[in-house]
Amino acid sequence: MTTSMGGAVETLKHATELDNRPVDSKRSKVGGKWLLPLWGWLVILWLIAPIVVMIVFSFNQTRGGKAVVDTHWNGFTVKWYTRLFDTPDLTEAFRNSLYIALLTTAIAMVLGTLMGLAMGRSKFRGIGSVNLLLFANIAAPEVVLGAALLSLFLTLDIPLGFVTILLAHVMFSLAYVAVTVRARMAGLDPALEEAAHDLGAGHLVTFFRVTLPGIMPGVVSGGLLAFAMSIDDYIITSFNSGNTQMFPLWVWGAYERNAGQLPPQVYAMGSVIFVVGVLIAVSSAVWNRRAS
Amino acid sequence: MSARSIRNKLAPYALVFPGWVWLMIFFVVPIVAMLSVSTMTGNDLEGFKQTWHLGTYADAWNQFHDRIIRSLIYGIVATAICLLIGYPVAYWIAFRGGKYKSSLLFLLLLPFFVSFVIRTLSWQFMLGDSGLIHGALHGIHVEHGLFTVLRALNLADTDGQYTQTNMAVIGGLVYNFLPFAILPIYVSLERVQPVLLEASADLYASKTLAFLKVVFPLSIPGLFASVLLTFVPVASDYVDAQILGGTHQTMIGTVIDTQYITDLQYPTAAALSFILMAILLIGVFVYARVLGTEDALEMAAA
Repeated sequence: MTTSMGGAVETLKHATELDNRPVDSKRSKVGGKWLLPLWGWLVILWLIAPIVVMIVFSFNQTRGGKAVVDTHWNGFTVKWYTRLFDTPDLTEAFRNSLYIALLTTAIAMVLGTLMGLAMGRSKFRGIGSVNLLLFANIAAPEVVLGAALLSLFLTLDIPLGFVTILLAHVMFSLAYVAVTVRARMAGLDPALEEAAHDLGAGHLVTFFRVTLPGIMPGVVSGGLLAFAMSIDDYIITSFNSGNTQMFPLWVWGAYERNAGQLPPQVYAMGSVIFVVGVLIAVSSAVWNRRAS
Repeated sequence: MSARSIRNKLAPYALVFPGWVWLMIFFVVPIVAMLSVSTMTGNDLEGFKQTWHLGTYADAWNQFHDRIIRSLIYGIVATAICLLIGYPVAYWIAFRGGKYKSSLLFLLLLPFFVSFVIRTLSWQFMLGDSGLIHGALHGIHVEHGLFTVLRALNLADTDGQYTQTNMAVIGGLVYNFLPFAILPIYVSLERVQPVLLEASADLYASKTLAFLKVVFPLSIPGLFASVLLTFVPVASDYVDAQILGGTHQTMIGTVIDTQYITDLQYPTAAALSFILMAILLIGVFVYARVLGTEDALEMAAA
């Protein structure tokens, strides 16, 4: 289960909403004045360490003609960034991952939003079993989801590739969108929609002018979550990809081919994805803060 | 019944239907297919036939139970460490974060912007035999002494390696799943009304007593959710064990992967997946029933 930017955004939003609440800081100082912040910063430092290493070493020269990231510092270079797309397999793997992630986001957003709309508002017969289905889907171990889906594809003789990866990715991200939208829908005052009806708005107008804008932050974070989970997934994808190369699979494969070392382009591409992802998340959080 | 009220009654079903169908076909049916594959016999060349052979389960258990048990132990240990490390961090951000709460949370979530595989490989890059840390420590001649200490603490193996040890794998698991453990605890602590703390102070409770009697009990649903969110993915992960561990750290996920993809032993792999899922899901549901509440499930899902 790999979460991400969407989750980050939703949590950030949550934090922002509650930011303005007064907290009596004098009274709640359990854990000493310095101990708690020190602990917190050490944990943050530890969480960030591998990212710093990745970014720093994406600027390292290679040594002795071996195209792998060296632990020895051989001098600064930006050539891995200019040669980002010089390895055709890596480029193809990255493109596949991007396409799958975009398609997954689109499909999961539509199906998940529809589910969330119904589940956040009405108490229909059978809602319990749908809840259980969503919970089981989120709780099931990734390796089991991957292996089970492969069993189905093998039983029905369905060839593995782009389509089976897409089917798998929508399957594991759909429930997260549904749950995110459901929470947002449950918090939306039904009086707003009733008011729209009373003012003569039809079902469609009410939906597009009142309901949809109201749940939009949930839809967007659900979509970001689906995108991030899809582009980063290793386990389920490795079961259902056949010969189709995907970014995380290529990275793993390259690591095994090079006896435990990575081509420098991987660190460069990882750094680019990191920076782009952070920019998207920050602007989305800013946009959310403005919207609310 | 008017046409309108029938429409209103059917609307939720129509909305839920497409997603429900997708999950039925690609989640529920595959689980059934996997159950069915697990009782087949045959081989890759002649194909597998349904023979209702239940012996595969016993064979799979006998052959691989050590790895299933190891995965569960790693899961329990890593989850416990995540809670111990994570609780104070969640507390710090919830009660002392002030206006920097969202920025601090964002820092905790930064690892998610780097691919899971690359993050874990980055640890290997630092801890490996010719890795950064070996290099740095070797340069300042403290490595020999350090290893004597680490070996005494059972943190490094006898050949002077940081990786290929239980600690390396558990460390990787804790690293990768810590944010999942912190967030639900943070959310539950964040909901604790400051008024409650004032009230407990007014009633002459010490800070420690207020924490034990007021704050901690209110954060229990968050702790439950943390355990749910952390334990299952940790116990079934195998990326960390494969990159940071050696042959003595193999987890059950690796076995399922190898049996399915390399050895083409579909029935064994299916049986193992089912055993793993049964243990984890039954564990989770019993845990939620006995200790948790609907809240815990809700929080885990959100």
